[in-house]
Amino acid sequence: MARNKFIEKAIILNENRVEDLEKLINTFPKPAGSYGYDAWGFNIKGLKPFLTAGKWMHDNFFRVVTHGLENIPKDGRVLIISNHSGQLPFDAMMLGYALVTNPHAPRAPKGMMEFFVPKVPYISSWFSQWGGIVGDPENCKRLLQKEEAILVFPEGSRGISKPNSKKYQLERFGNGFMRMALDNNTPIIPIGMVGFEESMIRIGEIKPLAKMFKLSVFPILAPILLPTKVIINIGEPMYFKQDGHTPEYLLDEKVNKVKAEINKLIKKGLSQRTSLFEK
Amino acid sequence: MESQTRKKILVTGAGGALAKKVINKLKTKYTIVAVDFRTEIDLGIPVISYKVDFNKRIFEDIFREHKFDGIIHLGRIGSTESDRFNRYNANVIGTRKLLDLAKKYNVPRNLILSTYFVYGASPYNPSLLDEKTPLKASELTMDLVDSVELENLANIYLYKYPELNLTILRPCNVAGPGVRNTFSTLLSEKNAPVVMGFNPLMQYIHIDDMRDAVCLAFEKNKPGIYNVAPEDYIAFQDAVKLSGCNKIYIPSIPPILTERIAKFMKWKSFPAHLINYYKFPVIIDGSLFSTTFNWKPIKTLDEIFSYYRGLK
Repeated sequence: MARNKFIEKAIILNENRVEDLEKLINTFPKPAGSYGYDAWGFNIKGLKPFLTAGKWMHDNFFRVVTHGLENIPKDGRVLIISNHSGQLPFDAMMLGYALVTNPHAPRAPKGMMEFFVPKVPYISSWFSQWGGIVGDPENCKRLLQKEEAILVFPEGSRGISKPNSKKYQLERFGNGFMRMALDNNTPIIPIGMVGFEESMIRIGEIKPLAKMFKLSVFPILAPILLPTKVIINIGEPMYFKQDGHTPEYLLDEKVNKVKAEINKLIKKGLSQRTSLFEK
Repeated sequence: MESQTRKKILVTGAGGALAKKVINKLKTKYTIVAVDFRTEIDLGIPVISYKVDFNKRIFEDIFREHKFDGIIHLGRIGSTESDRFNRYNANVIGTRKLLDLAKKYNVPRNLILSTYFVYGASPYNPSLLDEKTPLKASELTMDLVDSVELENLANIYLYKYPELNLTILRPCNVAGPGVRNTFSTLLSEKNAPVVMGFNPLMQYIHIDDMRDAVCLAFEKNKPGIYNVAPEDYIAFQDAVKLSGCNKIYIPSIPPILTERIAKFMKWKSFPAHLINYYKFPVIIDGSLFSTTFNWKPIKTLDEIFSYYRGLK
């Protein structure tokens, strides 16, 4: 019942007829405690600033077009696996917004935070309220057991901070998400995002600072965010089966299948885009 | 005649708010012997009260005089009281003495109160820590070594001496009237220190619900380790606000500055060794206790915070 009400509101919001975020948030189908928090710190009220800022960025700045939203299951456990790019995590924000306001199946996915985020003041609190979680296998296992959706960027910091010269080339994927999918019998939704690669220009990097902060890279960025056209393609669910324990070399094969699917979706997005700054 | 057939139980830490509530609930069914190392507590007839140090030989005389059918060990020196040496002696060595006496005098049912602090407040903690999660508190601060050691000790006795039927409870933040632990003290105060930029998720359990949990676990006697927490959560700064406190923002960068301020101010409600608990969440999974004992808290978070609001 709550979900139906939310879907109605989401459709209205998507069609730009009414922008009543309060109503949308109040009907959000998310189990939470008496003050709107779940056990991972996600907060329904915290969605309001996220959706307010996200809507403007989504509709006006990046002019995001999302294809395949109907591939997101209405409920049940799911791992959403996407490419990661753009130096700053605007891709996660826009994908999160598209999934939360999905008129077919609104989901607020949990997203793995970089390992240093929980230590950063303010950012750690905001990210937790919006669904950020510590990337711990136990966390993922419990979330999937609670039939949640988890957003994973298997390239991690290798992907988001890669130089512009490597744009649209997928970096190495970690295997953790596949092990999680197999152990918890969870479908994988592949996603290819196009547009964020060109939104920020990386001038260089400072290796000593990266070492100091234990980051894979500390980039120097041009102080401007470009309003590139963003296209998100959501693929069909992929199912992987496990017979007993899957050895690591077989895990690589399965991971490569997901990577290939994401590559296809990226290429599709690039072919759909007529120009970098199209309306 | 009735007193001869009534079972007799020993409750430690009788001066504490939780122990008083437990004693009041159980005294109609059991003969209670209450002990506290701080003071002799007058809990009225039929409660027999002693002021005694567990580490003194006289403590055994109480076991000789009374044949106990059970022990509820709630007495401990909190992490903000006394020094490390005294805490270790009272909480670890004292508990060992108590458990040895329980074994020697064949006490068939024992319960020990621990704390969720033993898990440690790490920025990398997953949520819903279950009872199998490693205890990392002593890795983060030496001031919680006694809490972790007490748990380790209790674990050894739990598995080595199954005849003790030992139950260990790890509750989240106990709150409500009379509770004097760190977080309850903070919520009682008009001005509450908070760390800038950090707002960890927390769990609170009302003292009445905790009393019921202790009594239920003792009476049902299903030995093991259990987290005790409701399935309801609130961010720390929201709890502070709902309790009617004014927030005092303590700088969080660099982390050493937060620690220095806490040490300098000597706030009982904001001790330097617990700073991580004001920054990072330690959310425990209480489902094992809830399903094993068919327990659900009755008091809501709102009722807890309205009590603290009423104090202002």
